[in-house]
Order: sequence, then C-alpha cells, then structure tokens
Amino acid sequence: MNNDIISPENLVYAKPELMNDTPMHYCAGCSHGVVHKLVAEVIAEMGMEEKAIGVSPVGCAVFAYRYIDIDWQEAPHGRAPALATGIKRLWPDRLVFTYQGDGDLACIGTAETIHSLNRGEHIAIIFINNAIYGMTGGQMAPTTLLGQKTATCPFGRVPELHGYPLNITELAARLEGTCYVSRQSVETVAAIHKAKKAIRKAFEASMKGLGSSLVEIVSTCNSGWKLTPVKANEWMQEHMFEKYPKGDLKDTTSL
Amino acid sequence: MGKIVGAIVVNEERCKGCSLCVVACPKDVIALTDRKVNVNGYPFAIAARPDECIGCTACGIVCPDGCITVYRKKLE
Repeated sequence: MNNDIISPENLVYAKPELMNDTPMHYCAGCSHGVVHKLVAEVIAEMGMEEKAIGVSPVGCAVFAYRYIDIDWQEAPHGRAPALATGIKRLWPDRLVFTYQGDGDLACIGTAETIHSLNRGEHIAIIFINNAIYGMTGGQMAPTTLLGQKTATCPFGRVPELHGYPLNITELAARLEGTCYVSRQSVETVAAIHKAKKAIRKAFEASMKGLGSSLVEIVSTCNSGWKLTPVKANEWMQEHMFEKYPKGDLKDTTSL
Repeated sequence: MGKIVGAIVVNEERCKGCSLCVVACPKDVIALTDRKVNVNGYPFAIAARPDECIGCTACGIVCPDGCITVYRKKLE
C-alpha cells in the first residue's frame, strides 16, 4: 500500500532544497540542525536564495557554510555582527544575517553584538543559546544557569565564584537600535513553527531597513549536558525556560 | 470522508539515531533499529508500524538532519 502513497504529488515534507546533502557534523539530536532547516526554508520562501549572505561564527556552527547553499562569510571569533555590518552597508539589497552561539555572541563577541544592535544595523542575528560551550567540550559559558554543572564548574555554577548568567536578549530589547527581539525554542513542532515565524520576521525587518533584530533560540547541547537528545529537551523545558522565558521581548516592526 | 494515509521515507545513511522523531510521532509509527546500524555506526529510524502513519510531518519537522521525507494521500 505504501508504494502508491510515495509519489511526488503526495509529498508533504522534505528536507529544504537549500540544504545540501553534506552530512552535518553536529551531534545526534543537536538543535543546530533544526535551526539550519528553518533558515533554509525561510530564505527559500522569501525568494532570497541568490541574495542571502550568512555570517558563520566560531563555535559548533562554524561549518554552517557547508550545509546551506547560499553565500557565506566566516567571521573571526565573536566578530560576526561587525562583519555583517560591513557587508550590509556595502550591499543594502542583500539579506545579511549572522548565526552565532552563546560563546561567540554572549562572551567574546559581546561588544560587537551590543554595538551593532545599538547602532541599528539592518541585520538579523540568530543566537543559539545552549548555556554551555559545546564545541570545546562543555565548559561554562556566560549563559550557563546557576547550579548547572559543566566541565569547568563541576560542582555547579555559583554566583560568588562565577557571576550570574548573562541574559543578552533582554539587554538587546532595551537598546534603541533593535526593532525585533524574540526568544524561541525548537523542541516541539509547535515551537518550531513559532521559531520559523520569528526568523522570518527578523529577516523581513532587516530587508525593510527597520533596525536590527535578534532571535534567540534556546537550544540543547545533549553532548555537553551529558544527556540523551530526548532527555536534553526535557531538561531544557524544565530548567532553561525559567531563566530564559520564551516570547517576543520587543517588536516595533508592525509586520 | 476519505481516510488519510501517510508514509515516510528515511534517509538511513544520514540518520544519527537521535530518536527525536520517535518521541514526536503521535501514532507511534517510528522506532530505531534494534541490531542494525548504518555506515556511521548509528542505529537509524525506521517505520516500524507504517500502516498507522497519517502523514502529519511531525517527524520530518523535528528531525535535525532532515532525514525524513513525508507523503500523505487521501483515500476515497
């Protein structure tokens, strides 16, 4: 029976066309893959395949340029928003976005992030927050939750020694240059649909020249957290959303 | 009203066996292979109960690696 269902006219879901067949280096169940798919889908829906320029960071998403068939530029660690600023100012008709993790955006690149958002550069920043340094082996990040155990705080993060988690999306919402600041996640189908809408709005706002946008995706790092992908999603729902509640923090776009 | 039937095709070589699709499937269609692994050594997702599939696309949407293609047809 299955054989006559499987034909092109019955196709309802497939891997986005912009995403190529290169095997992704991400761990099994990593949220990066889902966000990559969303970015590829949104760019295709907007018809910007030939005009999109992504800036990939240093971190797990460093090889993002291998997987989505658009133009990419690799930035030095943390400097993606600065690089995107340059690209967008030279080519205002291009869709310029950065794709950064929490180590890149909220630690080494805090200055670039805050200042490019504050200047109101017409770029979109996609921020993957998994509260840990995934690529280097699970060290504490600025976004690590209080009490969370990592390789460099094996007894849990304590504020006296390690300071408090940095909520950079809330900071961004206070800046005058930003037009759209949102926090989403990609653990369920409903959440993925919402995240896609947020990414679409951020991209459209940047093309309309309304200001800078930041879309934070609260993500999992099952390898770093030492959990299975399914358990990591549950842990995220239980612990991460308390500190990083989902929703639009700022929206002046009226899109 | 016609019955809606679905079918999935898994790219077995690309699948990493994260089992997010197994959890996402509302009809319990998908399972990971028990004693079989792909070229990378991962157990992979298969349609263990294909007749139950309604083509809701949940598995495809949550798959981080884009391994699952979903088809849906309305039977008259």
